[in-house]
Amino acid sequence: MGSHPVEPDAGSGAAVDFTEVQQTEQFKELRKRHRSFVFPMAVFFLLWYFAYVLLADYAHEFMATPVFGNINVGIILGLLQFVSTFAITMWYVSYANRRLDPIAASLRHELEEAAPEVFVDPSGGKK
Amino acid sequence: MSIITAAGIRVPLQTAEATSVGSPVLNIAIFGLFVAITLVIVLRASRNNKTAADYYAAGRSFTGGQNGTAIAGDYLSAASFLGIVGAIAINGYDGFLYSIGFLVAWLVALLLVAELLRNTGKFTMADVLSFRLKQRPVRIAAAITTLAVCFFYLLAQMAGAGGLVSLLLGINDRLGQSIVITVVGVLMIMYVLIGGMKGTTWVQIIKACLLIAGAFIMTIWVLALHDFNLSTLLGAAIETSGNAAITSPGLQYGVSATTRLDFLSLALALVLGTAALPHVLMRFYTVPTAKEARRSVVWAIWLIGAFYLFTLVLGYGASALIGADRIAAAPGGVNSAAPLLAYELGGSILLGLISAVAFATILAVVAGLTITAAASFAHDIYASVIRKGKVDPDGEVKVARRTVIVIGLLSIVGGIGAQGQNVAFLVALAFAVAASANLPTILYSLFWKKFNTQGAIWSMYGGLGSAILLIALSPVVSGGEKSMIQGADFSIFPLSNPGIVSIPLAFFLGWLGTVLSRTTEDPMKQAEMEVRSLTGVGAEKATDH
Repeated sequence: MGSHPVEPDAGSGAAVDFTEVQQTEQFKELRKRHRSFVFPMAVFFLLWYFAYVLLADYAHEFMATPVFGNINVGIILGLLQFVSTFAITMWYVSYANRRLDPIAASLRHELEEAAPEVFVDPSGGKK
Repeated sequence: MSIITAAGIRVPLQTAEATSVGSPVLNIAIFGLFVAITLVIVLRASRNNKTAADYYAAGRSFTGGQNGTAIAGDYLSAASFLGIVGAIAINGYDGFLYSIGFLVAWLVALLLVAELLRNTGKFTMADVLSFRLKQRPVRIAAAITTLAVCFFYLLAQMAGAGGLVSLLLGINDRLGQSIVITVVGVLMIMYVLIGGMKGTTWVQIIKACLLIAGAFIMTIWVLALHDFNLSTLLGAAIETSGNAAITSPGLQYGVSATTRLDFLSLALALVLGTAALPHVLMRFYTVPTAKEARRSVVWAIWLIGAFYLFTLVLGYGASALIGADRIAAAPGGVNSAAPLLAYELGGSILLGLISAVAFATILAVVAGLTITAAASFAHDIYASVIRKGKVDPDGEVKVARRTVIVIGLLSIVGGIGAQGQNVAFLVALAFAVAASANLPTILYSLFWKKFNTQGAIWSMYGGLGSAILLIALSPVVSGGEKSMIQGADFSIFPLSNPGIVSIPLAFFLGWLGTVLSRTTEDPMKQAEMEVRSLTGVGAEKATDH
């Protein structure tokens, strides 16, 4: 690397058949696990965010309903957006650590062992 | 005037002038100290800037924690600090509503973009978008949208610097403000030229720590004055303003059906634009692995989330302790809420610190934008398109450094020219362009197997073109009271945020272009991109020095 700035990784596709890797059960499993988490989660948080935005935009009286003291429904729903963002973040990290990283690491090692000349920098990381 | 120490003891404090708030000399001195410290760090960091990976991606040597802090430093611009505190102080809940979009947006980056992008690209957004499509046209389009977003964002920051000067340093004449904009621009050029991505990153880390620490201290202070009870604080804010509506939505965006739709459009651009901002995307290349990229986003989410919670307290604190009328009447208007609150709480010294942080904020954000734009020009346009890859990395970095100087000079000229103009819409426009021109192509190329070059080209140019055209035909440019061009009216598009039209349009064009195209892309490349993006195989690791 470092000699050819155009290709993301200096034409390395030639020596490895990526379509074959793509068809392996292990890779299909990794892709399934990744997508089955991130797609539903993305749909969920976008729906929840836009539900909140629409309420704030068009249901002022509902949002102004007092809950306790000067805290109203709007303040609570707004703070819940923070809570849900933090919760989804932690959930995803724990899922990725348990379900994605081990499979990705084993695939990566297999590929790097099978074709070290392609994936391991021949200059040994020295630029 | 008195300041209250952390222990709650009132200490008398003499202020030089009663009329103007704070001491400009002290503000400048504290800012000077920040510049001196960061310059030393940038100089030390620059010793190892040898290769393109060093210059553009800091040798991929930052940890997730460091990079996450730098992302927060890059993202929390002066607009989000001064602007959101001021918006909450004056418009109450609607200001808070604005900040939530800025935070939730990070989930798009976390779940869909950051790791996959780190695994497939090298230096720029165009690396990822052109991975499996036709290099030349896609790279050119991606570089153009990158430069457009950086340009709008940069101009807004530099013009904002002028306003900040009059507010914090008491310099009101045009010449004085122009000199300060020039100083900010020259400093920024030095940071980026000498320090490259490493130096820029350290400036952002230091600035993020100062900004978040400053906001945290003020938050605790405001809460301490209100029994650490949010309800009491809201009560005090309602009492000062005499308007119970400030704790519920509607004051700003609820005025008419158009403003409501406008807010919906803005919310769409904020939540989908963040993960497609080129200067944010480029930060993911400064870490060694996808896992560190994930950690970066996690750190950024915690820091940015905490910061926006602080701004909620600070905004209502300013509303309670100072009052919307005094804020609106002060020089700088809405933007003066946070500085006035700092002065109210901690006198000249806290004001000086907060002012210096605000300046540091502009400097750090501008530096991040400039290195992104320079990298995109040198790596995507010069090396890949003009020289067709026949250039050594040293030559590429040389071009990048020259581009930094050109962009720096352009932004100084633009900043001076935009003084006094109402350019606040430019930040929202940058988000709208990122969400329309970049995000559809990023998502399609990562997740949709059939996606092809024609789809990418239609989506990127269609998104960019429609966002800019709609803004040009909107009331922010002509036909309104606060329009950029007075005395003319060609505003046929009623909203000031184009996102609600341009974002769905760009997604649609990406699909349409793909299904109408007769050429199919290389399935090998698609397989390679998918395998690389999910496994991280062959992704460039950190370089040892």
